[in-house]
Amino acid sequence: MTVTSGSKVEVRLPSRLGFEKVAMSTAAGMAKLMGFSQDRIEDLKTAVAEACINAMEHGNQMNASIPVSVVLSMKPDELEVKVMDNGTGMETPVAAPDIDRKMSGEEEARGMGMFLIQALVDEAEWVSGTGTDEQSFVRLVIRMNKESE
Amino acid sequence: MQTANKVSQQQLTGATGQQITCLRFTGDISSVSRDAVVGTYQALDKASHKRILLDFKGVEYLNSSGIALVIQVLMEASKAGQTVVICGLTPHFTKVFTMVGITKYAALYSDEAAALSAL
Repeated sequence: MTVTSGSKVEVRLPSRLGFEKVAMSTAAGMAKLMGFSQDRIEDLKTAVAEACINAMEHGNQMNASIPVSVVLSMKPDELEVKVMDNGTGMETPVAAPDIDRKMSGEEEARGMGMFLIQALVDEAEWVSGTGTDEQSFVRLVIRMNKESE
Repeated sequence: MQTANKVSQQQLTGATGQQITCLRFTGDISSVSRDAVVGTYQALDKASHKRILLDFKGVEYLNSSGIALVIQVLMEASKAGQTVVICGLTPHFTKVFTMVGITKYAALYSDEAAALSAL
């Protein structure tokens, strides 16, 4: 198979936990086709899974009839993943988890998804929509030149 | 879509003869794994299970909700004066656990043998 820059794949997932693994597998397959290393593919898989879970839980309020759309676009030297939902967007910037506060119960044990997304990909951008006509999305990018770092 | 997770419990002996309770997880560790992770830990008598090894070698999928359950176990174990160590994570999840700061409260080992020799 010849991998062509500009190739695009779209996946629509029901907002039901577990289906994020379909997007993970798709992203991993595309990254492998582009020649990303296995450790970068693992980073991408986790970031895509967390983005899809956020979209299902916070964006679509776990309404299984509202799909999460995932658009994966191959570009020269980078793979872009957009995860879209019907919510009004996530609050940014993202704070790093404070393990001491979590251990003392001052901070919820959960709530690490956005931090992981930001830490594991080369670029992460959250864009708020209106929730009806205009979808909210997170855009993730991994780049080839990261391999040599 | 969620793969069933299973947990098995085994008593092991550390390098200097201490009893170690090993909880081995398989399948998915996510938000639906509370009973397998936290429930199994909470069912242990805290006075007689002072050293606990969490083995993730058989885990196929782990997300931030699953990691939060591990943090809840560490939080309760810390209050009870128990020592918890972790083994069997992939290199990727070793990196993730380190990024979120879990290594401050639980040492990570590549496999069971390395963990037992350190306990």
